[in-house]
Amino acid sequence: MTNPIGDIEKAEVILVTGSNTTENHPVLSSYVKRAVTQKGAKLIVADPRRIPLVDFAHIWLRQNLGTDVAWINGMMHIIIKEGLYDEAYVDSRTVGLDDVKKVVEKYTPDYVERITGIPAQDLAAAARMYAKAGAGSLLYCMGITQHICGTDNVKSLANLAMLCGNVGIEGGGVNPLRGQNNVQGACDMGGLPNVYTGYQKTSDSAVRKRMAEAWGVSSLPDSNGLTVMEMMDAAHAGKLKGLYIIGENPLISDPDLKHVRSSIQHLDFLVVQDIFLTETAEMAHVVLPSASFAEKDGTFTNTERKVQRVRKALEPPGQARDDWKIIADLSGRLGYQMKYQNAQEIMNEIARVTPSYCGINYKRLEHEGIFWPCTGTDHPGTPCLHMDKFTCGLGVFHGIEWVPPAELPDENFPLYMTTGRVLYQYHTGTMTMKSEGLNRMAPESFVELSPGDAGKYGLSDGEIVKVTSRRGTIRARAKISRKASDGTVFIPFHYAEGAANELTNTAVDPVSKIPEYKVCAVRLEKLQGGI
Amino acid sequence: MESQNSIVIDGGKYSFNAGETVLQVAQRNGIDIPTLCYMKNASPTGACRMCVVEVEGARTLLASCVTPATPGMIVRTDTPQVMKSRRLNLELLLSSGHHNCLVQDLDMDTWTDFQLRSMSADGHKDLCPVYGDCRLQELAIKYQIRGIRFEPAEPGHKIENVNPFIVRDLSRCILCGRCVQACNEVQVNNAISYGYRGARSKIVARGDRPLKESDCVFCGECVQACPVGALVPVRDIEENDPSKGETRLIRTTCSYCGVGCQMYLHVRKGKIVKVTGVEEVGPNYGSLCVKGRFGYNFVNSPKRLTAPLIKEKGNFREASWDEALDLIAQNLNKIKKESGPDSLGFLLSARITNEENYLAQKFARAVIGTNNVDHCARL
Repeated sequence: MTNPIGDIEKAEVILVTGSNTTENHPVLSSYVKRAVTQKGAKLIVADPRRIPLVDFAHIWLRQNLGTDVAWINGMMHIIIKEGLYDEAYVDSRTVGLDDVKKVVEKYTPDYVERITGIPAQDLAAAARMYAKAGAGSLLYCMGITQHICGTDNVKSLANLAMLCGNVGIEGGGVNPLRGQNNVQGACDMGGLPNVYTGYQKTSDSAVRKRMAEAWGVSSLPDSNGLTVMEMMDAAHAGKLKGLYIIGENPLISDPDLKHVRSSIQHLDFLVVQDIFLTETAEMAHVVLPSASFAEKDGTFTNTERKVQRVRKALEPPGQARDDWKIIADLSGRLGYQMKYQNAQEIMNEIARVTPSYCGINYKRLEHEGIFWPCTGTDHPGTPCLHMDKFTCGLGVFHGIEWVPPAELPDENFPLYMTTGRVLYQYHTGTMTMKSEGLNRMAPESFVELSPGDAGKYGLSDGEIVKVTSRRGTIRARAKISRKASDGTVFIPFHYAEGAANELTNTAVDPVSKIPEYKVCAVRLEKLQGGI
Repeated sequence: MESQNSIVIDGGKYSFNAGETVLQVAQRNGIDIPTLCYMKNASPTGACRMCVVEVEGARTLLASCVTPATPGMIVRTDTPQVMKSRRLNLELLLSSGHHNCLVQDLDMDTWTDFQLRSMSADGHKDLCPVYGDCRLQELAIKYQIRGIRFEPAEPGHKIENVNPFIVRDLSRCILCGRCVQACNEVQVNNAISYGYRGARSKIVARGDRPLKESDCVFCGECVQACPVGALVPVRDIEENDPSKGETRLIRTTCSYCGVGCQMYLHVRKGKIVKVTGVEEVGPNYGSLCVKGRFGYNFVNSPKRLTAPLIKEKGNFREASWDEALDLIAQNLNKIKKESGPDSLGFLLSARITNEENYLAQKFARAVIGTNNVDHCARL
C-alpha cells in the first residue's frame, strides 16, 4: 500500500475493486465501513459479485469479468473530457498524460458499457465522484491482479489515481491488499527470482558484487531465475530436477492442478518443509517439520509495509524446528556456515544489506512496528510513499488498451467462472481446516450461481453439480446466491475436494507471471444422484 | 483568560481541547473515574452511570463520559454523594442479573440456597466463566458492596451455545451496550442491537434469533468488549478454568491475512487457550476477525508434523534430523553437480518470517548458486 491502513478513514471517496474486503481482510474492511457510516466518505465498489461491501456503497459498478482496463479508461475519458482532473498535480509531478489521452479517447461511456456491462450513467457518476474528492483512496486485491492483463489493470488504476492527484497525499493512494500475513515480507526479503532484499536487482552487477561480499562468496548467479509457474513447466520438461518447498501448498493453490501434479511427479527430488503433511508434502521425498508462527521469534511485514514482531509463545511439537534453523543446519552440511544465535541476529544482517530496512531492529519494534523505507536507526519510517515526489522522480502515465481474457465462454463452455476465498477458510485450508469452529462454518466447496442460472439449469440449493473446464472436472454443491450475476459462477479455491484450481486457466500475465485465476470458461451439469 | 480552556478536577487545573469530555480530560491526566459502558473508539452512551461526577452548579450528578468540558467547570470525582451513587448503581447492576460470584454477601443459609438455585439453572453448574476477569466484579470489590439490598434475579434467559465460537448468557448481561457499539460502530457488522423495552430489554440479533442465524460474522469484537460474563468464547467455558494454572500473555502478529493485526496469545500449560486483540496499537486497535480470534486450534493439532519423514517404497518413515538433512544435502549436491545449480528451485513462503525468507533466498543464491527463488505472491 502507498498509504497506511489508518488513512482509509481520512479519504473522502474510497474506490474498492477486485477485493471482497469484508471476507478477506475483515479488520481492514471495518476502516472502509467506518469511513462511510461515521466519517461521511463516499464508497464506489467495482466488482462482478454482489459482495457484502456493496451494501455500504453509494455506487456499485458490476463489470463483466476481465474488463477492468475498459471501465478505468472510461472513467478517465469522462474525467479528462469534463476537465475534472488535477492539472497542477499532473503538470508538476507526472509525465505522459498525452499517451493516456490518446488511448482513452475512444473509451466513451457507451463503448465501455458494451464491453463491461456497466451502465453509462453509473460510470459517469463514479468518475465524477472519484475525481471531485479531495482525497480518494483506491483499494484493490487479487480481482485486479489475477488476470492476463493484471499488470495493465494495476497501471490503469495508477493512471486514474495520478490523474486526480491522489498519490502522495494523506487519505489517498493506490493500495493493494496483501492476502497473506507475510507476502509483503517474502517479496521484501528477495523471495523472487529477480531481486535480493529490498528489491535490489540480481541483474545489477554492482548489487551482485556487494551482496557477494556481504555474504562472503566469490560470486552470485546472474542468470534469470524462474517463477513458480515456470518452475513447474521446467520440471515437466525435465529441466528442473529438484525442488525445495517451504510452507506452500501448490497442489491446491496453483492453477491447472493436473499439470502441477504431473510436473511434481517428474522431479528427481522434492523436499517439503511445513507444519502439516499437506497435499504437496505427501508427494515429497523428504518432509521436514517446522515451527508454527506461535512457536518462533521473528517479524512479518504487513500490507501497509509495517514490519512487526512475531514472538515465541510455545515450544514446537516433537522435533519440529524453526525454519531458519533448518536452513542454517542444511547450509552447514553444504559447506557454508550460517552461524546465528537467534532471529534477531538475522534481522541485523538484513538491515546491513537492505537500504529500506536499514534502520530496523528488534529494540525499535518492541512496542510498535515500523513502516519501511526506514533508512537509519533515527529514521521514523515511512507510512506514506511518494509524498513530495515519486520514488522514481516523475510519475509516468501509460496509455493502455483493453484486451479480453484468455478464455471466453463458447458453445461447449458457456459460463464464466471466477475464484476467491470465503470468510471462514484461509488459502489452502492447511490451518483453518484444522480449526474446528471455522471448518463447521464452511466445511466444503461450493459453486455459487445466480438464481437466474439456477433456474436455467433446473438446480436447487445444495444440489450436487458437475463443473467442467478444458482442464478438469469437479463436483460440488450448488449455492444459489444473489452475490452471483447471470452467466458467471464462483468457486472458492480452499478445498482439495471440489478444487477450483482443477478448472482454472494457466494463462499468465506476461510481466507479473500471475495466472488468470479470475476468469475461465466452464460447463455446468446437473448430476443425477449423489457425489 | 486561562479558564477559557481549562477545568478544575478535584482541585487540580487541567486544560482541555474543544469537544473533549470531562472523562477524557480526567483519563488523560491520570485521574481515575470508573467506567463500565464507556468505549474509547465509540460514541459514549452514558448508559451505566458509573462515571458520575459532581459538577458545581449542576442540579444532579453528571455522567462524565457524556459531559463536555466547558471553561471554568469545577468537577469533583470522589465526594460522598458520588460514592453513594456509584455504590447504589453497582448494587442495582448486581441484582439485575445472574451474578452469583463472591460479592453476594448474604447470610449463610440464604447464600447456600441462592447458589444452589443459581447453579441448577442450565449451563451454570460451574462458577461464572469470567470469575476474576470481570469488570463488574472488580468494581463491586473496589466499592466494597456488602449486604443485599435487592433480591438477586434468577437466570432469566437460556444460554445460547449453538455456534462454535461464542456463548451468550444474557442472564449475566448488564445492558451496558458495549457489544452493540463494538458490533455497529467499531466493526460495523450491524448484527446486534437493543430489543424490547423496559424490564424486558435485551440485546438481540436479527429479530431475536441465535447469532448463527443472524448477520453475525463471529469477529468476537463483542466478546472482547463485554465487561461481564454475558459473552464468552466457547473455549473459555471448555478449558479456561483458572485453577488449571497460570496464563501467560504473549504479544505477536496474526498469521492469517496481510493486515497484520496485533494480538495476545493467552497460553496455559503449553497450549493457546484464547486470543485477544491488542488495543493500544494499530493497525487493529483491539479488533480481530473470526480467523484471528478463533482459528488458532491448528497450532495444537495432533496432525502437526513432529519428526522428519523420509519416503521409502512409497511410504513415509520417521527419521532423525541428521539422517534427513544428510540425505537432502547429498541430493542437492548431486543434482547441482550433474545438472547445474539452475536445475534446482526454491519456493519460499508468504507464511514464514522475514528472517526465514531471507535465509532461504541467501541459501539458494549464495550456497546453491541459483536465482530460481519464488513464492506464492502471485497465487
